[in-house]
Amino acid sequence: MAEVELKKTKKHKSLAKSENGRLILTALIAIVLAFLVAILVMLATGIKPGNFFSALLRTFTGLDFSKAGTDAFFKPRYVGEFIQISLPLIMTGLSLGFAYRCGLFNIGAEGQVIAGILGANLVAILVPWQSKSLAVLAVLAAGLFGALWALIPGLLKAHLGVSEVVSTIMFNYMAIYLSNAVLKALPGSNTQRTIDLPDQAMLTSPWLREITGNSRLHWGILIILICIPLYNILLNRTSFGYEIRAVGFNRDAARYAGMKVKSRIVASMMISGLFAGLAGACLALGTFKYGRILPGFENYGFDGIAVGLLGGTKGVGILLAGLLMGGLRSGQALMQAQRVPLEIAQIVSALIVLFVAMQKAIDFILSRMAKKRRLEAQEMKTQEAADNNPKPAKEEEGGK
Amino acid sequence: MELFSSMFVLALIYSTPIILAATGVLYSERSGVTNIAIEGVMVMGAFVAATILYYTEASMGDFAPWLSILLAGLAGIIYSSIHAFISIDLEGDQTISGTALNMLAPALGVYLCQIIFGQQRSQAFQRGFVKTTVPGLSEIPLIGRLFFSNIYPTFFLALAVVILTYIILWKTPLGLRLRAAGEHPAAVDSLGISVRKLRYGGVLTSGFLGGMAGGIMVLTQSTQFTASSIHGMGFISIAALIFGRWNPWGVLGASFFFGFSQIFGIYSRDVPLFANIPQEVFQALPYALTVLALLFFSRKSAAPKAVGIPYKASN
Repeated sequence: MAEVELKKTKKHKSLAKSENGRLILTALIAIVLAFLVAILVMLATGIKPGNFFSALLRTFTGLDFSKAGTDAFFKPRYVGEFIQISLPLIMTGLSLGFAYRCGLFNIGAEGQVIAGILGANLVAILVPWQSKSLAVLAVLAAGLFGALWALIPGLLKAHLGVSEVVSTIMFNYMAIYLSNAVLKALPGSNTQRTIDLPDQAMLTSPWLREITGNSRLHWGILIILICIPLYNILLNRTSFGYEIRAVGFNRDAARYAGMKVKSRIVASMMISGLFAGLAGACLALGTFKYGRILPGFENYGFDGIAVGLLGGTKGVGILLAGLLMGGLRSGQALMQAQRVPLEIAQIVSALIVLFVAMQKAIDFILSRMAKKRRLEAQEMKTQEAADNNPKPAKEEEGGK
Repeated sequence: MELFSSMFVLALIYSTPIILAATGVLYSERSGVTNIAIEGVMVMGAFVAATILYYTEASMGDFAPWLSILLAGLAGIIYSSIHAFISIDLEGDQTISGTALNMLAPALGVYLCQIIFGQQRSQAFQRGFVKTTVPGLSEIPLIGRLFFSNIYPTFFLALAVVILTYIILWKTPLGLRLRAAGEHPAAVDSLGISVRKLRYGGVLTSGFLGGMAGGIMVLTQSTQFTASSIHGMGFISIAALIFGRWNPWGVLGASFFFGFSQIFGIYSRDVPLFANIPQEVFQALPYALTVLALLFFSRKSAAPKAVGIPYKASN
């Protein structure tokens, strides 16, 4: 009896392990396929993929092998920069992931990031606090603005069944125009930018800058370090998160089980918006020194879709996927300098999403391969058993 | 009156790409495949049309814009075939696939501009479509002025597509089958008709119309292709489809509404009453009106029942 139970738990464990393993495997396959297609695009258009990859290598490691032996061989600034650019992408990845777990496809992170930037800029410029608590207030305002910008699409989805895909896109466009209008109206703004934000509102850190060779790395790292565990705990360790996932899994079943489906949809949209708003805080208070009038989208939200999906909507996965996407984005200037059009990075991230969309097919092929291998192993086993002792093997077959 | 008629004509011009794209998505969704990739399809169409026109306008003259939008339509077919393959054959997630194609299109378009033109936009063309005044019809009082004077011929193309779509989808056996594939694919399958082929037909038709729509948009409203040439009009077309209740005439009306909402934004700036309002508010207006339209018209959804659900043929 005990043996049977032990066997059972063992089986469960290996299943869970293999499922996580499959998640990682499909993500890796998506990445490899995306890079392969990007290589084909470069070859077809007469661009040297080698330049692209050397730019990427330098972005991720800070190493430049063409300058081996000199001081320029290792520049930590590249590493600091790529982590710095990853921060908002990890946050928009969490944003996508949280809504996705509730069965919602929030492609409005783009607008929610812009709303967050606006909130941070407003507080930094208008609130006359002299202490560092201004930075905390500005970060909170960014999160709040992001959450509020997701509120209406959430309400429309929950109560009227309006597709969040279309409504959040509309809110993206409204965000960029309206935030530009507000930023231009602030005291001291011109048509390009606002005044410089006060130092006490910033997340910038002389220490972080110093250890990374003068990169823009900032205290947004703390936001990430708080938000990733928060994301995991909220989703996996609370009844609220359980309900969110139940709604995402089967909305009707959740309703029959007595869950407040509508309020969960609105809440998950707002939390999703909150994460995106905090991405805005990283950008407004860490990366840039003043509020910028945006001429167009900067794709932090859209790249977050790639991050969230590639990370399998799991905290650690999103962290890793965010770092990958951050590197791709951070390397754009180096790519352009090596005569590789910087849009290739954008192409890779779009392709990753495209291959994630094929996940079902990839999963199917993988599980078929696994099944085949299992069958072969089983066959071999029964063969061996039959060779050693033909009688029990037969019994086992009968038992099935 | 002068102001109103010029506003009206401009609204028709701005609604032209929306009509075509929304009609395109109508085919796709009626056959059972969600197609938010239409935005990306339009971007590819805009890139191809602007590029082809730049290289052919000197040698081909008036024929060049038509060739450009035709090739834009073909590019749309090729581009949307990716969506068709993922949605129909691989049973992938249609929303994710569409989103990926929407992310890919501006990146690919600008990448190719960097390769071809050495800058992040296409080289400006001299002249897109030319506005025409239809002889005879423009003499009709009021209507002649509103519909047949100083208008791009592409508007009539869009109208013809809507009428043709109504005839194809509601008056032919093929149309019946295509709509059935979006409502009850198993029934279509049981008659021995391939759901797969019908859905491919739906998605590729939307690619053709969407590509043309993108081409027309850049050739009538701009002078070159940029990453923001389409600025959400594909999504507005989807809103027009919902607003128009998945029906060609409804789509036509809804597209006019969205065309007007854009023109309203442009003209409001000149109204003295609104002089103190920042122009960005008017730029945001069409998108806000789209949300409002969705709010009022989505309660009783008329969406095809099987839209977005992959169908596996039993054999």
